[in-house]
Amino acid sequence: MRSFRFVDYLPFLLFAALALFPLVESTFYTQLLTKILIMAIFAMSLDLLIGYTGLVSFGHAAYFGLAGYALALMGPKYEAVSLWWSLPAAMGICAAFALVTGILILRTRGIYFIMVTLAFAQMLYFVFHDTKLGGGSDGIYIYEKPLMKLGDAVLIDLENLNHFFWLVLVLILLVYLFLRRILQSPFGKALVGIKVNEHRMRALGFPVFRYQLASFTLSGALAGMAGYLAAVQYGFVNPEILSWHQSGAVMMMVILGGMGTLYGPVIGAFAFVLLREFLSNDAWTGIFAKHWQLAMGVFIVLVALYLPRGLAGVLQRFGKKPLEEADDE
Amino acid sequence: MSEVSSRELAGSISSVAEVVPILRTSGLTKRFGGLVAVSDVSLDLRVGEIHVVIGPNGAGKSTLTNLLSGDLPPTSGTVHFEGRDIAGCSADRVSRLGIGRSYQKTNIFLPFTVFENCRLAAQSRTQHAFRLFHRAPRFRDINDKAEKAMAAAGLSHRADRIAQTLSHGEQRQLEIAMCMATQPRVLLLDEPLAGMGPHESQRMVELIKGLAANHAIMLIEHDMDAVFALAHRLTVMVNGEVLESGAPEDVRSSPAVQLAYLGGEGLLHD
Amino acid sequence: MDLAFFLIQLLNGLQYGLLLFLVASGLTLIFGIMGIINLAHGSFYMIGAYLAWSLSSMTGSLTAAILIAIPLTVVLGMGLERLLIQHLYKRDHLYQVLLTYGLILVFEELRSVIWGDDVHGVAVPALLSHSIPLTENLSYPVYRLAISGVCLLLAAGLYFLIQKTRLGMMIRAGASNREMVQSLGIDIKLIYTLVFALGIALAAFAGMINAPLSSVFPNMGGGVLIICFVVVVIGGIGSVKGALIASLVIGLAETFGQVLVPELAGMVVYFLMAVVLVWRPEGLFGGRS
Repeated sequence: MRSFRFVDYLPFLLFAALALFPLVESTFYTQLLTKILIMAIFAMSLDLLIGYTGLVSFGHAAYFGLAGYALALMGPKYEAVSLWWSLPAAMGICAAFALVTGILILRTRGIYFIMVTLAFAQMLYFVFHDTKLGGGSDGIYIYEKPLMKLGDAVLIDLENLNHFFWLVLVLILLVYLFLRRILQSPFGKALVGIKVNEHRMRALGFPVFRYQLASFTLSGALAGMAGYLAAVQYGFVNPEILSWHQSGAVMMMVILGGMGTLYGPVIGAFAFVLLREFLSNDAWTGIFAKHWQLAMGVFIVLVALYLPRGLAGVLQRFGKKPLEEADDE
Repeated sequence: MSEVSSRELAGSISSVAEVVPILRTSGLTKRFGGLVAVSDVSLDLRVGEIHVVIGPNGAGKSTLTNLLSGDLPPTSGTVHFEGRDIAGCSADRVSRLGIGRSYQKTNIFLPFTVFENCRLAAQSRTQHAFRLFHRAPRFRDINDKAEKAMAAAGLSHRADRIAQTLSHGEQRQLEIAMCMATQPRVLLLDEPLAGMGPHESQRMVELIKGLAANHAIMLIEHDMDAVFALAHRLTVMVNGEVLESGAPEDVRSSPAVQLAYLGGEGLLHD
Repeated sequence: MDLAFFLIQLLNGLQYGLLLFLVASGLTLIFGIMGIINLAHGSFYMIGAYLAWSLSSMTGSLTAAILIAIPLTVVLGMGLERLLIQHLYKRDHLYQVLLTYGLILVFEELRSVIWGDDVHGVAVPALLSHSIPLTENLSYPVYRLAISGVCLLLAAGLYFLIQKTRLGMMIRAGASNREMVQSLGIDIKLIYTLVFALGIALAAFAGMINAPLSSVFPNMGGGVLIICFVVVVIGGIGSVKGALIASLVIGLAETFGQVLVPELAGMVVYFLMAVVLVWRPEGLFGGRS
């Protein structure tokens, strides 16, 4: 039935090429690329909501930041925590939080939904900002980065930049394959049906709320994976990790790249992070570097007006079939 | 209304007709603030029987459909489906119980193909819904149901077309096909002929006639030719109330209906 | 807590709530009538405060500063609606969120370029600078009472505008049926421009009159915006009455929260929101859709 399509194998070729990256490039670029890939996982998790379920969340940083705090608070302070259980545990906490908040948030629709997601994220911000739980506005340091051991042998040491990069690379591939698989399953088909016509899905007998809640929970867990990795990379967490600017940035990545595709958010993460690095680096933009947000703001306005389907939409205009059809990309 | 004669009538029309109604409402009422949209409506639907509801715009026909389908909760009254009261159940629950509906305004998944539309409809009936790791096209039982529904609605030759590109009539057919794919026992059809040309209308009338054999159908329609071609039982609604209900010829000759038609209340031209 | 202290907190809570109402009413009108979610609404509160500071240090009078600043913000609002916002009416909320989020960055950075990143105080007008003594060592500033009074006047004015005037009738009609209004020959585009400018001006005015109390500082709009979202969610989108009641509830809850449970004060309002979501997801005065 299915003919060989080069596009289907493109992600794997890219993956292989990227795996070699740390061997040829400096640590600065390896770290930058790691950061981009982490944000790409975050953006993919949000795209599951925005692009495939039709839920515009403006509070996704809550789940990202919560995982970071989970990592910082879970382990012993001056001893490396085990990657084996701490990553799944952080994701589980995020999934549980998404499940509970989702039950409330999904009672709302449209514009209410946007406001309420933002408000819940802000609530979490204040929990960490105003109480001593997470070190208040100063945050907490993660002194020892997680280890993956088998017996006494250290398999992965996240203190090692290359180990960390390869772990992130493997994880993003797994997330990509995972999402691709579920989006082709009946579950995924139902999610897209809900995005296109929620009312009709209900009339056909689909328990829409349960599907949305499942998607919301899954998305929260994946955002948690990204947040955990980000906290490992920075070596500390503070309330800014779950501020609404983080939510705005990730939404920008999804739309800039192209929502409703899996590669769109990855492209978006690359474009957004690189643009931010470029604008804020005074070696390139001189005195404007200090006010890089001005240029970024104008850029975001322009994307909203003129690039509604993002860079993926531009790519698709050269040859590929329309976005709506490409749900089995 | 002559309960006895209409029952006899239903029995005489079709041998598969059941005497016990599969769906029965009593005292069904819906108020929006001060406005009473549906007032004390009691009616029965039986398998093998097409029950047509007519009336001018604003008579409460669509609201009645929404009450039966679970799109709206009734203010008071009951809806008994196969013996249990389903009034106030959510729309998805009602659909899963076996009551399917079509919409007055075409309500389909425009960016999907005809087959995808039907497959999604068929999928709603299966236990596979939350199985995340199997590719949807591999579920043979779902595909079969979708194929059957397309065939029943005469759309098999359009399977791979994007729904948006179909003609208006074909979109109406797809609406019915999706409804069929959910394998309902009761069909609520809200003006399926709206906006159709004569040729398309004829095809739809035949389609509905065919469905009547093993479904209970409530049909809302303005096209009087179609109404009298299809109706086994006819209910006239005015201002949210049932004005008359019974065998089509009885209703047609009822003085109240005559008055409503001829008295200038505009029943004929909606 | 003795009576005088309680009275002071009560007045503070009401004053804060009324101020929130000025910002939230614009937000809810802009959504209810135009269908636009405006994240940049808090930025106009910030712009108002900075205008009040810079113009009052130029003219030496807060009153003069406010009188100059209001027309400026109205023009800014009308210009933005014509230039950017009107492209969003038929678009998904997603793009409204994105565009207005971009505007936040633009305004915040322009503020930094024009006015710098320092915190500034604004003097209370001399006429209103005294306090009313309540007990031997507790007193209540007249300026806060004046703010409450002005906000109440504006709320009454808003009620009159929407319920009693021809413009208000068009606004209400525009909210319920766009096509019908247009077919009656009413210039809906003009109404939208006016509503947007009105909302912006209200938010900016709130920033101006509150500047002497809150002082003027970077990112001051963000906090206000999010609290106003909570107000709108609780009150019901599009309902000015709901916005008023929810503003007062939130104002009191946050003020008393800070006194009674300082560590949890930031979360009290969100907890209230969660309760309302469970109880009435469409808000206290929101219509069911």
